Amino acid sequence: MNWEAFWLTVRLAAIVSTLLIAIGIPIAYWLTYSRWRWKFLVEAAVALPIVLPPTVLGFYVLVALGTRSPLGRWWQSLTGHTLAFTFEGLVIGSLLYSLPFAVQPFAASFGAVDSSLLRASASLGHSPMQTFRRIVLPLSKAGLVTGFALSFAHTLGEFGVVLMVGGNIPGVTRTISIDIYDQVQTANYSSANQTALVLLIISFVVLSTVYWLNRYGLNGRPWVAGPWK
Amino acid sequence: MEVKIIIPAPQPVLPAQPISSELEVRIRKRFSNPEGSFNLNVHFRALAGFTIIFGASGAGKTTLLDCIAGLTDPDDGRIAVGGEDLYDSEKKRNVAAWKRRIGYVHQDLALFPHLTAEENVAYGLRGLSAAERQTRSREMLGLFRIGHLRERRPAQISGGERQRVALARALVTEPRALLLDEPLAALDRPTKSSLVGDLRRWNQEHRVPILFVTHNGEEVFALGDEVIVLDGGIIVAQGLPHETMRAPRLETIARLSGFENIFNATVVALHEDRGTMTCQLGKDGVELETPLVRADVGSRLRVGVRAGDLLLATESPRGLSARNVLPGTIVGLEQRDVIISATVDCGGTEFEVHLTLAARDSLGLGPGKSVWVVAKTHSCHLMRM
Repeated sequence: MNWEAFWLTVRLAAIVSTLLIAIGIPIAYWLTYSRWRWKFLVEAAVALPIVLPPTVLGFYVLVALGTRSPLGRWWQSLTGHTLAFTFEGLVIGSLLYSLPFAVQPFAASFGAVDSSLLRASASLGHSPMQTFRRIVLPLSKAGLVTGFALSFAHTLGEFGVVLMVGGNIPGVTRTISIDIYDQVQTANYSSANQTALVLLIISFVVLSTVYWLNRYGLNGRPWVAGPWK
Repeated sequence: MEVKIIIPAPQPVLPAQPISSELEVRIRKRFSNPEGSFNLNVHFRALAGFTIIFGASGAGKTTLLDCIAGLTDPDDGRIAVGGEDLYDSEKKRNVAAWKRRIGYVHQDLALFPHLTAEENVAYGLRGLSAAERQTRSREMLGLFRIGHLRERRPAQISGGERQRVALARALVTEPRALLLDEPLAALDRPTKSSLVGDLRRWNQEHRVPILFVTHNGEEVFALGDEVIVLDGGIIVAQGLPHETMRAPRLETIARLSGFENIFNATVVALHEDRGTMTCQLGKDGVELETPLVRADVGSRLRVGVRAGDLLLATESPRGLSARNVLPGTIVGLEQRDVIISATVDCGGTEFEVHLTLAARDSLGLGPGKSVWVVAKTHSCHLMRM
């Protein structure tokens, strides 16, 4: 068991899923309430990482992070090194890769908030932003937790994007899934089996916690306000 | 010498109560309901106090309230409260819903499920200290007699209590006008009247216009204020309930307020001395004694009688004050909830009569049974054709 790779992966997943809360909420808000006629194009773009081969996504991220792109040059002038093959580069790649796993549960739970509550809030003098903060967000707790957990679990297991963007630098960009791949390549099956099992168990525990919370809630209080009149 | 006449400047008269706000609405708005597309086209003023908006479902009542609250935009027109324009298509003015200060209680109440009753009520209190918010919301909870529920969430209280929370939540913000969309529809009668009492008590102090939407004719009489009758998006009658509802001049109102029996009739005789007249129903139907109206013999009218105002007798009744006793035969009985609706054929004219279950059973009523239909003169309402 390669603990260095394990903790690196956990750190990556925690950073990415936390950042995705900050990035995903505004995107999900816009996707839920915008009436822009071309909105469907943005929806499709956000969902792309679900269907795109990670190598394709990783390739474009690599190009975007390299010194030939404005972003890569800006980063280099700022820090003196490139984003590619660094932990920061890995974070950026993973943010894109896991974006739909955060945004879609967020948007679904925002959209599920009864519109009559939003109308009532407006009649009680609250602006759309205040209404979002005081009504929509608290009632979307389940979706926020689901999005956080899904993007965490999804980042834990990423492989293709990491390989393209981060390479395989121990302690910097070597994540669990790459470690497993390495071990299989060197026919070290028992170690690969051990690591794979750990990843499997963690992912299963994270997901079952989410589903349990969605059903039973905290403090015996349901997370999702059920249908009532 | 010049005589100077000094005219004293008119003294400003201070109102005894706060200046009441007036709601003025003149809007047009295209809207759809299951029966098709209609144009809401209304113009009215509502003074402080209750104004009842009465109409069948689909008449445009909710669309009207949504326009006033700013939740939907009219096609054109003007909405003003207390002299301030909230919407004016000519001036291109459209105040956002959350800046209008119009209280709106919708039929589904829309209480916030994650907040307690007290938090719901305090929600609209903004720009106040926490202590002040608490004082005011508790005061309002007390006024609506739900102080003991303040820690409960909407899912933990009864329907009537939720209604009170919703009203308290709207009123605590001191709105300039109040819109109530069938707020009592789900309540039993005692709860209804006590809620209306609380609402009136509140408004004696605040004097704001309250638009009270209902499709229930009974509520209109119970509230007893100015009523506006809406049908197909337009105002078809306006006035006091007994003027617009009791003696309907238009059949649309009659149908709405529950006249199950409506007949074409011809005036056959006037009895000016008794204040009545005789009308023949249909072509060769039975004759009814009705109240006297300004009409000539031979003129054609409509007669409306509520099914609940008719009596049935199984023997020819004697010594009655009611002037209309018509022999007939029951052709059908139908149970609707706890009411029996009997169809009685009186010489070719069919009447619908509403009875209780007990009356049906104790009189042994059934199809084919001979009965007498009894109608008081003043239960016969006349409408122009």
